[in-house]
Amino acid sequence: MEQINVEIDGTSCTGPKGSTILDIAKANDIYIPTLCYDPRMEPYGACRLCLVEVEGARGLLPACYAEATDGMVVKTTTEKLERIRKTLVELLLSDHDMECQGCAKSGRCELQELANRYGITESPFVGEKHEYVEHVENPFVMRDYNKCIMCGRCIRICREVQGVGVYDFINRGFKAIPGTPYDKPMQETPCEFCGQCISTCPTGSLKAKPYEGDGRVAARDMLRNACAFFKMSEEDMMEALGLQGWKVRTTCAYCGCGCQLDLHVIDNKVVEVTSPKMVGSGQGNLCVKGRFGYDFIASDERLRKPLVRKGKKLVETSWDEALDLVASKLSGIKKKSGADSIAVLSSARATNEDNYLIQKFTRAVVGTNNVDHCARL
Amino acid sequence: MTNTMDDIEQAKAILVIGSNTTEAHPIIGLRIKKAVMQNDCKLIVAEPRHIRLCYYADKWLQHMPGTDVALLNGMMNVIIAEGLYDEKFVHERCDGFDELAELVKEYTPERAAEITGVAAEDIREAARTFANADCAAIIYAMGITQHTTGTDNVVTVANLSMLTGNIGKPGAGVNPLRGQNNVQGACDMGALPNVFTGYRPVTDEDVRKKFEEAWGVELPSEPGLTATAMMDAAAKGDIKAMYIVGENPMMSDANLHHAEAALKNLDFLVVQDIFLTETAELADVVLPASSFAEKEGTFSATDRRVQRVRKAVELPGEARADNEIVAEISKRMGYDMGDVTPSRVMDEIASLTPHYGGISHARLDEGITIHWPCPDAEHPGTPILHTKQFTRGKGWFCPVEFVPPAEVADSEYPLVLTTGRVLWQYHTGTMTRKVDGINEIDPHGKVWISPFDAEKLGVESGKEVQVSTRRGEINIEAMVTERMPEGVIFIPFHYVEAAANTLTNDAVDPVSKVPEFKVSAAKVLVK
Repeated sequence: MEQINVEIDGTSCTGPKGSTILDIAKANDIYIPTLCYDPRMEPYGACRLCLVEVEGARGLLPACYAEATDGMVVKTTTEKLERIRKTLVELLLSDHDMECQGCAKSGRCELQELANRYGITESPFVGEKHEYVEHVENPFVMRDYNKCIMCGRCIRICREVQGVGVYDFINRGFKAIPGTPYDKPMQETPCEFCGQCISTCPTGSLKAKPYEGDGRVAARDMLRNACAFFKMSEEDMMEALGLQGWKVRTTCAYCGCGCQLDLHVIDNKVVEVTSPKMVGSGQGNLCVKGRFGYDFIASDERLRKPLVRKGKKLVETSWDEALDLVASKLSGIKKKSGADSIAVLSSARATNEDNYLIQKFTRAVVGTNNVDHCARL
Repeated sequence: MTNTMDDIEQAKAILVIGSNTTEAHPIIGLRIKKAVMQNDCKLIVAEPRHIRLCYYADKWLQHMPGTDVALLNGMMNVIIAEGLYDEKFVHERCDGFDELAELVKEYTPERAAEITGVAAEDIREAARTFANADCAAIIYAMGITQHTTGTDNVVTVANLSMLTGNIGKPGAGVNPLRGQNNVQGACDMGALPNVFTGYRPVTDEDVRKKFEEAWGVELPSEPGLTATAMMDAAAKGDIKAMYIVGENPMMSDANLHHAEAALKNLDFLVVQDIFLTETAELADVVLPASSFAEKEGTFSATDRRVQRVRKAVELPGEARADNEIVAEISKRMGYDMGDVTPSRVMDEIASLTPHYGGISHARLDEGITIHWPCPDAEHPGTPILHTKQFTRGKGWFCPVEFVPPAEVADSEYPLVLTTGRVLWQYHTGTMTRKVDGINEIDPHGKVWISPFDAEKLGVESGKEVQVSTRRGEINIEAMVTERMPEGVIFIPFHYVEAAANTLTNDAVDPVSKVPEFKVSAAKVLVK
């Protein structure tokens, strides 16, 4: 692919032809603030925070949208740009509850991050404020339009990535919100409850209901608040506090797509599941099961002790008794009726390593090739 | 998949056949939608039901369940008759074209239309669209394989792909979607009765010797029984003991009455699982195991991408990791597996499996993407298979005649029952039915029925009906929907209280031993 050279803030950067200024800046670790941008979608150019100065250009250009050209000279952080950005954030905050400590998104909120960056504690613009009642009518997506900044990311991800289009701007002027048709409950729309809108929302406007409201979640929010206050990453904060296993990168256990997950863990409980953007086959996109389907991990119905049949009932027993019984029974049946009278079903849900051990056990220990799993079912 | 998930977006035409992708593989569904919505890809959906993907399709071929071979042969008839096939690819890389051409000559679009119920002109148009695209991918799932003619279906899919030169290049390929997180890996690891890891036959003496040396024991040379054959053998008393790890045949097998009789006939049943599943309830010993969130390891995704699984939380109660349980039983039976730490086990896999030769936890932890085959630690992996040649050298066209399903609708059972998944639930429901939000949105199963059949039978949406087949009967709520064609009903198989597999046919494909879940003759009675 043809490469182009661009000078950004005095640094010479290269990138493939067709890239935007933002693409090249990101690839070269140069920060340009954004709010309406998500790499999973087409650029939109609405928030104007990514405006940059380009030598020879007539006005300021949105970095997310403007294509970089060879030899371009870009400035991302001039006094003028920073003044514009600060004013933009102040305008957004003029209709925004600044009580971040009570917001579940605190510590991960893109608007909060920018307010911190520009040292804004209060907006100088005073005007009417929205007072919406939070929408909590469905089990997955909570919508608090008081925190909405009208970036349209929820609308766009639902339409562009999910191909569904549950949201669009409804009402007009000051009353406009990204809503459902006729403001219907989401269950009455074609919503697939993938939660993609939540994954892209830059503020606390959209939240995942299954991941709100429990004591451990409060601890999570406290931690994130602390991160926001001390301007530390979650990982650094956890390390500083001597806590472990905050965010664990793993692979989804549902279908074969293999989406990458971050399990957020506090007090030995998965308190939230997200997917890293532009990583792996899913690229940060998840479905309803992959994002919300985790009550089973800590379910009361999980098996906690080995069980053994006594008459008609299964009763709890020790591992030693259970394992000895299995080993002696299998050995006895093998001796009496031959190894081929024993069969093993391995699991398409288990890991490669587990599957390898199970077929090794069947072949090397039992001595039969009677091993299969549910590939056929 | 011969190609990768990322690759789907590049396709200029996609044929989805026997896959309800947006519900069963939602994230692959996103790739298909993106190809269509943003990259000008033509989408052909061949599917009896009006699935969500039909909204995005350029052409929807609504063929009757079990008529895939006739449909695809009809398409190939058009492609050959109109000279749209890839002559260079066929000549240089394939054998058996003449035989294929001779057989599909008999499958004129008109004849295919008669068998499938799809208009001849639609078959022609779909064939042209597919053949004329620069790169065209075929995506299929259990709608192709879960038939008594499943192998025929797969072979026919491959024929179409080779005929149009769509193997070994980006945006193309034959792409079966694996239904479970690690069904690909379980197969790769040799959890199959006829092969060791990396699909090397147990009958091959050299391969066996390699494993015998590594494991220090003599190994059996006869292929074992498949899952379906195990159940038959258990019912007959030939299999006396079973050790079932993380599977729930009491929900997932075809013809559950047969599965129940088989499992009850065993002298000894051990089940290792995270819940007391319907299968575990029948066990003599139940061993509490680990969920994906409690262990280290790897899963192999449907596109052969090997990825890490990492421990996030501790095991509940006295539950133990699966690798430890297997090693413990093994030790007590006189075989010491040694260190079964997952990273060490992966090293052993790599040392014995050329496909996985260059895969290690350390390498995956660096964050790189590896699709097998990956023979050594320097190898970047193989995103696209068969780029230069097929496994046997030249691709072999294997022409296949249409054979009807094992059971067809008749006067006693006038409807065709097909089964599958819905977006909200997963497989036997062991996990998803314990999720509160999902239970709120999708509390129970329903039988989907066309307005035409519903009117004829007096069935109303929301009312309970009895659905029966030659294997059994269930009571289930009816959902009248135009998404169903006349004469076909659909029941998702997730729900224990209305278990669809009580009804399904356990007749299997002679080669793959996959049961015909997708076609059973059924009747519906209003209660």
